[in-house]
Amino acid sequence: MGIRVWLVVFAVFIAAVGLEARLGYLYLIEKDFLQDQGDARTIRMERINAHRGMIRDKRGKPMAVSSPVISLVANPKKIIADQGQLLRLSEHLGIPFDEFRKKIDRAQNRDFVYLRRHMPPPDAQKAISLGVQGVFGEKEYHRYYPAGEVSAHVVGITDIDDRGQEGLELAFDQWLAGSSGKKKVLKNLHGEIIRDLMPVEEAIPGRNLDLSIDLRLQFLAYRELKSAIAHYSAASGSIVILDVRTGQILSMVNQPSYNPNNRFILDHATLRNRAVTDQFEPGSTVKPFTVAAALQAGYLVDSEIDTNPGFVRVGDFTVRDPSNRGIINLSQIVALSSQVGISKLALTLNEHSVRELFQNIGFGQDTGFGFPGERTGTLPDHRRWTDIERATFAYGYGLTVTPLQLATAYLTIGSGGIKRDATLLKNPRVSEKRVLDPVIANEIKLMLKSVVDSGTGSKAAIAAYDVAGKTGTVRKIGRAGYEDTAHLAFFAGMTPVDNPLLVGVVLINEPSTKEYGGGAIAAPVFSRVMSSALRVLNIPPKQSLVVAR
Amino acid sequence: MTQDFVRRLSDTGDSFERSLGIGDKVHLDFTIIILLSIISAYGLLVLYSAVYPNQSAVISQMMKIGFAVLVMVILAQISPIFYQRIAPWLFIAAIFLLVATYLFGTEVNGSRRWLRIPGFVGFQPSEVMKLALPMALASYFHDRHLPPRKRHIFWALIIIIIPTALVVPQPDLGTALIICVSGILVLLLAGIAWKFVFGALGFAVLSAPAVWFLLRDYQQRRILSLIDPERDPLGDGWNIIQSKTAIGSGGLSGKGLFEGTQSHLDFLPESQTDFIIAVLAEEMGFLGVVFLLVMYLLLMGRGIMIAIQAQDTFGRLLTGSITFTFFVYVFVNIAMVSGLLPVVGIPLPLVSYGGTSILTIFAGFGIMMSIHTHKRIML
Repeated sequence: MGIRVWLVVFAVFIAAVGLEARLGYLYLIEKDFLQDQGDARTIRMERINAHRGMIRDKRGKPMAVSSPVISLVANPKKIIADQGQLLRLSEHLGIPFDEFRKKIDRAQNRDFVYLRRHMPPPDAQKAISLGVQGVFGEKEYHRYYPAGEVSAHVVGITDIDDRGQEGLELAFDQWLAGSSGKKKVLKNLHGEIIRDLMPVEEAIPGRNLDLSIDLRLQFLAYRELKSAIAHYSAASGSIVILDVRTGQILSMVNQPSYNPNNRFILDHATLRNRAVTDQFEPGSTVKPFTVAAALQAGYLVDSEIDTNPGFVRVGDFTVRDPSNRGIINLSQIVALSSQVGISKLALTLNEHSVRELFQNIGFGQDTGFGFPGERTGTLPDHRRWTDIERATFAYGYGLTVTPLQLATAYLTIGSGGIKRDATLLKNPRVSEKRVLDPVIANEIKLMLKSVVDSGTGSKAAIAAYDVAGKTGTVRKIGRAGYEDTAHLAFFAGMTPVDNPLLVGVVLINEPSTKEYGGGAIAAPVFSRVMSSALRVLNIPPKQSLVVAR
Repeated sequence: MTQDFVRRLSDTGDSFERSLGIGDKVHLDFTIIILLSIISAYGLLVLYSAVYPNQSAVISQMMKIGFAVLVMVILAQISPIFYQRIAPWLFIAAIFLLVATYLFGTEVNGSRRWLRIPGFVGFQPSEVMKLALPMALASYFHDRHLPPRKRHIFWALIIIIIPTALVVPQPDLGTALIICVSGILVLLLAGIAWKFVFGALGFAVLSAPAVWFLLRDYQQRRILSLIDPERDPLGDGWNIIQSKTAIGSGGLSGKGLFEGTQSHLDFLPESQTDFIIAVLAEEMGFLGVVFLLVMYLLLMGRGIMIAIQAQDTFGRLLTGSITFTFFVYVFVNIAMVSGLLPVVGIPLPLVSYGGTSILTIFAGFGIMMSIHTHKRIML
């Protein structure tokens, strides 16, 4: 035999053994390292977005819900497609091709770019099925607000990444958001997820948030407010309705509002929940509390004050009534909203005890409510009060309140002197504190009834129900002090009077009609809202109306 | 001793005692056919997995194999004397075709390997040369004194260098290497003196630094990335890192068909052509690769037997060259994929997707069968 052949055969054999040895080396010695390398290339951690909790009204109706959507994302470095494919994709997305191209080119140095956020899943599937490599979908949640602008201020909004930005979405972000999980996935070279391997950490869905808001009341309050604002060409307005027994906010609406479902808003002025963020001088609506201070100081409901001749000089100022009311008792001061009467009364009282009462019912105090952007109002604390300060303080100037604070103050009267913190939660921790003597509270309530029955608030009356309340018309502060043309119109009240269940505040800011007084424009809104609310809530009308056969 | 191997033929068939079976009547060799079938079927299975779920490549490959088998059977029927006679003319024709390719070839992916005749299918003349060169050399030495004299060696080297030099600039280093090796193997088997063999080896080693500067930029980088793939992991090193990763992560018995992550998630480049062994290694594991290698070695063993039993110098040299060239394919491909040799485009025979190399390989085995089954006609 030719040895040469066998030498070549031997060489072949050695080569074959060499190959096996090499492969064996890769398999056995470097196996772990290479397996890790393989996994490092293909196995990726992906975030599992957590489902954000629902926000529901008192009766379980949804106010904010999250539904799954798909965001179309791309890895610009790995987009492999011909011009035609890209053209089809941009057409499907409704983006002009040039712009689309630019978007991808700009992101050329990054691994990630959103092509379109929050697409309806079928749409996104169609886009993905166009087969452009490097384009894939990411599951996210989109927030929908069924009540739209009606509850926009209370509920607030989330941003596109599902984080709370405004309102309760912001205040309860932790509660609602839950926590996102992680999962191991198999990705190919182009970043497409091939397979879910296993969840490393389950996503914990957010919890639902149940509110005290009653959407039925919310809708009707909003409707009335919106039409009133339009009718009086007013700048803004708010309505707050509280449940007297619990302090729960049944309705809280503002104008102007915005549609939280449209993210391409936004006039930021419309975002404010004015019922808690805007502070106003409350004007005449605080007179009942000044009178309460007088009753605490020993005055009686029948105690009389001489308001002749219809004005009174306090220091350098003159306080005037629209007409000479003559000699009137405390109840009439409230009913007729006499500036002269309340000023004269206040000057006889210890200003610190008046202020203390104001403080006790919550003016200038933190409500403990925790709403984003909430203001506390201001309650002056002069060491020495001038007479004019004492007088104007008594009829609601020199301090500021939010509409919500005013409502909780009136709740204190309706509850017989018990202050209850306002809350937006369905199951709140009720905090109660007696701040007024029940007798005094009841006396004030009856005075307020006379405001509606025979005083400035007659337009707040509701057929078949008793209403107690107070009007307020406040001149706004402009650049040059109090202005003659800019007003706030208030009405704060409660119903039914025997056993108050609902407290409401209506505020209309800067009406530009000839009528601008609280009694003229805020009271009728109160009447309409409350009469509907009473009906919706099945609150029986007063017994005396039952006609005998 | 060398002379024994080469001269056997000249003293007729006195040592040629082989009995004639059915295979010889139809001029086929069933051992080769069975081994080729096993390897092809195995290769198709791996290809099926590599391109899954796209099946068109598998069907196309099956048709190519079918055609190649037909060509093999036809070539096996033709007498080796015919091959011996036409060998020089075939070689000259192949040289012309290579020149034509150089001048009129179609450019694909930056290299000019294809010759397209209008109204006829295109083909790679370099593939023809893979068989034409060893045939021509075997034919050249057939009626020359063996072991070869110096001037014969000189002319043989010229015959080897011309086609190699024509294929290198296409550029197609892999094919050039195969062509050159197939020629050198004939020279080696013809029994050139060891001093030439070692002299050539020494020269090759010494001239390596000079060759370095002749290499093109991308070829230099391929060699550098062999030494240290991490120097450009996303560029030149990518292929080799990915294929090593694929092989290593397969383990002893592999991840299972279709389960290979590197290959199926597009990390492994050229996964159905030159790097298909990495798919096999990842999915069928070490054992799967060993099985394939054993099949290759058995096929070669049969080739060597045929070479030894061949009745004349031409048949012996040609069969030997075809057999060992086949092994060079296997060796270079696996060594390249497993990171032992720089990346040169050489497919894994019968497994890699691609028609021309399959046709050449089957044609080679067809000629081998012809040599084995045709009785030499004594004149």
